[in-house]
Amino acid sequence: MTTAILVRVQTADVDVGAELARLEVLGGGGVASFTGVVRGGGGLQALELEHHPGMTEAMMTRIAEEAAARWPLLGVTAIHRHGRMLPGQRIVLVAAASPHRAAALEATSFLIDWLKTRAPFWKKEHFADGTSRWVEARAEDDAAAARWDDPESLSEMIPGKRSGEQIER
Amino acid sequence: MAIELLYFARVREAIGRSAETVSPPHGVTTIATLIDWLAERGGGYAEAFADRGRIRAAIGDSFVTPESPIGDAREIALFPPVTGG
Repeated sequence: MTTAILVRVQTADVDVGAELARLEVLGGGGVASFTGVVRGGGGLQALELEHHPGMTEAMMTRIAEEAAARWPLLGVTAIHRHGRMLPGQRIVLVAAASPHRAAALEATSFLIDWLKTRAPFWKKEHFADGTSRWVEARAEDDAAAARWDDPESLSEMIPGKRSGEQIER
Repeated sequence: MAIELLYFARVREAIGRSAETVSPPHGVTTIATLIDWLAERGGGYAEAFADRGRIRAAIGDSFVTPESPIGDAREIALFPPVTGG
């Protein structure tokens, strides 16, 4: 099955309807998606996303290709924003189209889990009182991503796990 | 040989710049020894690399480990664990 892969990194908002419509016309079955949205509360005024421009698209493409290798997918879309975002605004969209819903749903879950732990983005929170702080990586995110680990897969994509080696955390 | 270093997020802020070109001495052969050499500069460098367990690295567009050889890498990025998505 040929998989149409679309990867973008941008400052502009994501038109979720248009992106899902693009996947819907690939032959049907089903389209599953996950949209990440800036979480409000706690005095958060804005979220700033920094990324490694030379590496981000390459990693996102490899993750999308890995999803296409694992599930029968007609299309994979991964769009991640960078720059400054306000609570309620979209950060990321991942979506997958497949003849079968299980493949679309599982691939979508895989895409966001791996994107969170392998795509080189960093979040900084800015608060109403003028303070700011870098978001810390969460062990739960590593655990979620590890669900999909496969020793036969692209181990060089996994930070700190190349050749079975471990980085101390 | 000259290597372009890129710093991101907390590492960038501690060092006070986002990129620089360095020519490490012969003993610097791996990511870990590169970080040791940079940390010896003190100040923001020592602060940036104080907790080695919270530093990740990439050569070009691929993640590497502390033991990875620098080889003939032209561009090396040093940064905290990623927090996108």
